[in-house]
Amino acid sequence: MLIAATLAIFIAMILAIVRGIVGPTLYDRILAVNMFGTKTVLLISLLGFVMGRPEFLDIAIVYALINFISVIGILRYSDTNELKHLSHDKKSLEKEP
Amino acid sequence: MKLHTISLFLTLSAFWLLNSAHNTLLILLLGLAAIALVLVITHKMDVVDQESQPLYLTPKIFSYYLWLIKKIIQANIIVVTHIWLGSKSISPTLRWIKISPKTDMGKVIYANSITLTPGTVAIDLVDDKILVHALLQKDIESLLAGEMDRRVSLLEH
Amino acid sequence: MDIIINISGALCLFIGSFLCISGAIGILRFPDFYTRMHAVGVTDTLGAGMILIGLMFYSPDFLTFSKLVMILLLTLLIGPTTSHVLAKAAMKNGLMPELAKTDHDKNKDKEINSSNS
Repeated sequence: MLIAATLAIFIAMILAIVRGIVGPTLYDRILAVNMFGTKTVLLISLLGFVMGRPEFLDIAIVYALINFISVIGILRYSDTNELKHLSHDKKSLEKEP
Repeated sequence: MKLHTISLFLTLSAFWLLNSAHNTLLILLLGLAAIALVLVITHKMDVVDQESQPLYLTPKIFSYYLWLIKKIIQANIIVVTHIWLGSKSISPTLRWIKISPKTDMGKVIYANSITLTPGTVAIDLVDDKILVHALLQKDIESLLAGEMDRRVSLLEH
Repeated sequence: MDIIINISGALCLFIGSFLCISGAIGILRFPDFYTRMHAVGVTDTLGAGMILIGLMFYSPDFLTFSKLVMILLLTLLIGPTTSHVLAKAAMKNGLMPELAKTDHDKNKDKEINSSNS
C-alpha cells in the first residue's frame, strides 16, 4: 500500500506540473508550483517509510517551510511594479485568442 | 506577560527535544542557550503577549476544532463530488459577508476557518466585512446562515 | 492487533491518495483560477491529512509519530495562509473571477433580449 500511495502522489505531481506549464495566468502557475511543493513533502515522508528510513521526515519539515517562504516571497515581489506589468501584459496577450 | 513567557519557553523546549532526540549534556545546554536567545529577542521585539500566545482560548478551542474537522470532512466530500461531476455543475460566487466577531483574534480565526474549509476562500477583510469566493452558491448561503459566526463569537470571551 | 493497525493504515493511505488524485484532476478541469484554488484546498487539508494519519499507524516509535504530527500541523497552518495570500494578490492585480449567473442576472438578460426584439 505504501508503494501504491507513492505512485498515486507521483501521478498527482505530474498532473500539477502540467497545469503549471499550461496555466494561462501567472497565478495559476504559482498555485500549481505550491501544490507541487505540498505533494513533494508527502512524497518525501512516504519514501522515508518505503525505504525504512524515517529520518527523511526532518527533510520533509524543512521542505514544507522552504515551500511556504518561497511562495510568500514571490507574492511579496508581485506587489512591486515590475511583476505587475509583466502579468498585465501576459493576460492581455493570452486572452485575445 | 510572565505566563506567556513560560508558555513560549515550554513550546520551544518541546520543539527542540522532539526535533533533536539527542540526550547528551552538550546538546541540551546548546538547546537551552538557543531558547534563551530566542526569548531575549522576542522580548526586545515586544511580541510576547496575548496575540502570539492566545492562552485564553485554551478551554474552548478544542470543541471548536472538533466541530471544524467535521465541517472540513463534509466540505471535502462535496468538493470532490463536484470535481468528478465536471465544471458544468459548479456555480462560483463572490460576495461580501458581514461578520460579528469584534476582536482581531476572532476575525482572524473566522477568516482562517473559512479558507481552511474547501469550497470557500476568504479573499479580503475590511472592518467587519469579509469578501468570500465560493465554489457553490449553497456554501455562501450556509455561511450567511451563521453557525460558524456564532461559534467563533462564543470563543472570544 | 497488528492486522487491525495495518488495515486501518492502508485504508487511510488509500483515501488520501484518492483525494490527492481528485484534487490534481480538479486543478486541470476547473475553468478559472479561483475555482482551481478550491481543488488545491482539498489536497491541502484532507488529502495530506489522511496520508499523514495513515503513516502514523505505520510509525515504529514515538519520535517518528511526533514528527508526523508536526508536519500535519505545519500543512494545516500553511495551506490556508498561502491560498489567502495568492487570492488577495490576484484580486489586487485585477484578475476577476468568472461568476455563475444568478437569477437576478438572468432576469436582466431577459429584459435586454425582450427590449431588443
